[in-house]
Amino acid sequence: MDNLEKIVSDALEQFGRIVDATELEQAKARFLGRTGALTDLLKGLGKLPAEARREAGSRINAAKDQLEAALAQRRDALAQLQLDARLAGEALDVTLPGRGAGCARLHPLTRTQERIEAIFRSIGFEVADGPEIETDWNNFTALNNPENHPARSMQDTFYVDKQDEAGRPLLLRTHTSPMQVRYARMHAPPLKVIAPGRTYRVDSDATHSPMFQQVEGLWIDEDVSFADLKGVYTDFLRRFFETDELQVRFRPSYFPFTEPSAEIDMAFGAGPNKGQWLEISGAGQVHPAVIRNFGLDPEKYIGFAFGSGIERLAMLRYGIHDLRLFYDGDLRFLQQFR
Amino acid sequence: MKFSESWLRSFVDPTLSTEELAHALTMAGLEVESLESAAPPCTGVVVAEILEVARHPNADRLSLCKVNVGEPAALTIVCGAPNVVAGMRVPCARIGARLTGADGNAFEIKRSSLRGVDSQGMLCSAKELGIDDDHEGILALASDAPIGRDVREVLELDDTALTLSLTPNRADCLSLLGVAREVAAITGAALVLPVIAPVAATSDVRHPVKISATGGCGRFAGRVIRNVDAAAPVPHWMKRRLKSAGQRSISALVDVTNYVMLELGRPLHVYDLNKLSGGIDVRFGRKGERVKLLNEQTVEVDETVLCITDGSGPIGLAGIMGGDSTKAETDSRDIFLEAAFFFPDAIAGRTRRYNFSSDAAHRFERGVDFDNNVSGIERATELILSICGGEPGPTVDDVAQLPSRLPVHVRSARAARVLGIDVSDAEIGAIFSRLGLACTRTADGFDVTPPSYRFDIAIEEDLIEEIARIHGYERIPANQPRARAAMLPQHEGVRPSMRVKEAIAARDYQEVANFSFVEAEWERDFCGNNAPIRLLNPISSQLSVMRSGLAGSLVSNVRYNLNRKQFRVRVFELGRVFRADSSVGAGPLTVAGIDQPLRIGAIAYGSAYPEQWGRAGRNVDFYDVKGDIERLLAPAAIRFESTTHPALHPGRSAAVLLEGKPIGWLGELHPRWQQKYELPLAPVLFELDLDALLASPMPLFRGVSKFPPVIRDLALVVDESVPAEALLEAMRSACPALVTDLTMFDLYRGKGIDAGKKSLAFRVVMQDTSKTLTDVETEAVMAQLLQLIAQRFDAKLRT
Repeated sequence: MDNLEKIVSDALEQFGRIVDATELEQAKARFLGRTGALTDLLKGLGKLPAEARREAGSRINAAKDQLEAALAQRRDALAQLQLDARLAGEALDVTLPGRGAGCARLHPLTRTQERIEAIFRSIGFEVADGPEIETDWNNFTALNNPENHPARSMQDTFYVDKQDEAGRPLLLRTHTSPMQVRYARMHAPPLKVIAPGRTYRVDSDATHSPMFQQVEGLWIDEDVSFADLKGVYTDFLRRFFETDELQVRFRPSYFPFTEPSAEIDMAFGAGPNKGQWLEISGAGQVHPAVIRNFGLDPEKYIGFAFGSGIERLAMLRYGIHDLRLFYDGDLRFLQQFR
Repeated sequence: MKFSESWLRSFVDPTLSTEELAHALTMAGLEVESLESAAPPCTGVVVAEILEVARHPNADRLSLCKVNVGEPAALTIVCGAPNVVAGMRVPCARIGARLTGADGNAFEIKRSSLRGVDSQGMLCSAKELGIDDDHEGILALASDAPIGRDVREVLELDDTALTLSLTPNRADCLSLLGVAREVAAITGAALVLPVIAPVAATSDVRHPVKISATGGCGRFAGRVIRNVDAAAPVPHWMKRRLKSAGQRSISALVDVTNYVMLELGRPLHVYDLNKLSGGIDVRFGRKGERVKLLNEQTVEVDETVLCITDGSGPIGLAGIMGGDSTKAETDSRDIFLEAAFFFPDAIAGRTRRYNFSSDAAHRFERGVDFDNNVSGIERATELILSICGGEPGPTVDDVAQLPSRLPVHVRSARAARVLGIDVSDAEIGAIFSRLGLACTRTADGFDVTPPSYRFDIAIEEDLIEEIARIHGYERIPANQPRARAAMLPQHEGVRPSMRVKEAIAARDYQEVANFSFVEAEWERDFCGNNAPIRLLNPISSQLSVMRSGLAGSLVSNVRYNLNRKQFRVRVFELGRVFRADSSVGAGPLTVAGIDQPLRIGAIAYGSAYPEQWGRAGRNVDFYDVKGDIERLLAPAAIRFESTTHPALHPGRSAAVLLEGKPIGWLGELHPRWQQKYELPLAPVLFELDLDALLASPMPLFRGVSKFPPVIRDLALVVDESVPAEALLEAMRSACPALVTDLTMFDLYRGKGIDAGKKSLAFRVVMQDTSKTLTDVETEAVMAQLLQLIAQRFDAKLRT
């Protein structure tokens, strides 16, 4: 019995020293196993008188509990060490680049068009699109621009080797305005629509592309005035460029399909173009002859239309200086618009 | 329209600076495109009279000029110009004068010694003053130029040239008088009209004129002037004004007609009276008639072209250009002046047909004042007599028919409604009066009779625009409109094209935008199209036909980027393609005879994935791109069928079918084109109808089973020739409802499989929503499937 304390201290000392799980189990056998030191002591209890037996038995059992607790603690500690070692071995270089498929992006003009659409949708404009090879009637005549009219030379038109039913050559639409007529003939007023799309003119240099993109706007109802045009377009520019520090001016101009007509200029309040007037759009109250071509009565319905170059808006928004970049398909340019 | 500010201010002189005047014009719709000063800065340059010219003692090419600059002592100036003579008045830069060099920098004239003789200044050429490129000699000033006066004053060099960009409706502003009228209306400054007194005839010689085409020519005023000196020099002031308007001085008679056109907006023509063969007849041309014009071009006329004719036939295109045979030249003695009115419809579009333009045509096709014919002749006569002398005959004014000028009614309430502002009757009346528009009040507005020089006032809106313009666009408020607030429909079964684009971009295709017109060769190579829609007026042969497919553009995108060392190129485009198609009728969104659907095309070139570590690089192949298409169109059930396409490898191309209908194609570029277009690797391309991609069926809920699925695999051996999709379709169409999914997951060829055979492995997922499936049930399904394909495709279970 006298060596109980020694057995406990030996056991604790050995458990604490062992770093291998198997060795720990062997040590456990040495002290707590069937032939272990403590078990031997327990076996020897029978030889003691009843009083001493009870007292010794409880001391041995307490020692046994103590060793088992120490053992469990050591097992946990060893398991933790083992796990730590495994995890340390599994460590990654988290700075290596990620893998997988790439992701490309949309064209800057698409991005611009999407912004324009979202802004006009927010006040209830629909979005429409239509043919790019057009008839003379839709592109010109219906828009109050008859043949031989001097205003026709304002736009150099591409013609194709196909003809309409009246024998006139078909053409590439010079503006998105034909969509005014098409949309108006498909819908009842109020007409509230924008029509973005590709347009074409015989022109090619750093500021003109033979193909370019416009967005047409049309709002016809019983009382849509020139003052409303000023309000809507000014608001649009401020939302598009996300600044109220923007001056907008309307000055008289001429388009066959609007009257009064306006050229819209804007000037930034900050940035590289600060204070400089930039032409941004043509607009005006839709001409009564055009309203009649919509199939509507100009006495009852009035409203405005505008046409803006999408490239122009994109160039000012993103600081692009050469129009041709949009159509070169150069990935080094396009991938900047992520 | 270009002119000098001083010329304009001789008619109307508002108290505005040059910039303020330009702004006022721009904001009234007469856009000032540019302001250029007449000459760069200089000081100390005065008018000098050359007293004597002597030879330089030490240099043959130089002369010694004694000049009087208005001071007691004459100056001695060494000069190298050959044209100096005694008595000439010239610009003289005195010692200390500052000029602007050709490089734009100022320099000072210093006392200097030239070959041993002191020079007390410099005589100047036009180039040295920066007013012209002429450096042939010293600039000769008018013989009465005041000696000692600053040349800036004498030559009006502090003037500014204004260039207006006029809209086609404002032909009345194609003259100084017209712009001046407008300035008076905008600013309220007084308009000083030129005083034009009739010049009395000193002979009664006339030339007969007949107007046969009264629908084309409304009026023809003419006058004979005999014994003119057509070679007389043009006065400096006239040259200067013409120059400020961008016109070169040509000869006295030509300059006078140009001057009157610029001043009054009145085109004139001068004939050599002695070259005319009998009376003039204004008539339409006849087929086969030809005329050689002043620009040396010979044109053929017909019944649509209004001509000035005489006994010899056409001698000019009315309102466009005179003829060569009857032109007045510097040796002409007797002349005939024409001041006609031609209707815009009779002139419009004709010059475009002949492919040239003229100042007269530009005006006549827009509308020329039909009330200043006679005053134009009188003004020209006065100028010709003062320069060339001569004996004028009487002015003969033949009037056939003039444009009607009916009153146009404008309602004040309509003006307010269109503009969105309240504008009082008093203001409207004042605006019309400032514009010189004769008007009378009516119960609800005004009746306005447009003047003879305005061709843009025919309807109420024309007047509303005038009200807005003079009231000032800037004073119209920017309203936030009040409107009905109907919601827009949102169709869940159709996704916006923007979402489709985003989905393609998310699969690593960068969006591009290419021209709709391409090279004819691309159409042949990539679309097999030998009869594309052609442009009648392409800007180049590379952009001459409308594309019927997107492949050519996409291949070119790859080439462009490869040339810039981008070795992995994946791009897509959404664009219309164009094909002649007689089955297409005219409709709300169609043009008869032309099919122009929106298509999405894409090309993948180079490695399948971005270069990365830990993954072996391999080039993109057919199945990668096919996977992209499947994801884009999911959940729609699409099929792929082997096909041929001009752009594609015949063994590696597929038609894409949706509900049995072809919606596009997919494949590897034909090796022939890969070689021809110099692509080191074979790209994979596809093209699909946008409409098919937009359809996006509404999801429909099906119960989620609480019971576990049973998964069984089926490995089959079939002939190489059996398409995988045929097996899948056969099984899918025959399997019972408890099969919830059936996919192919492996392909094996090689060891254990006979040559000419392949092994395909399918996974069958079975599940019931009401109970757990028994082995008996699932084995029955598998047996049924195996039996079916064993029969149809001679498939064997792989062992």
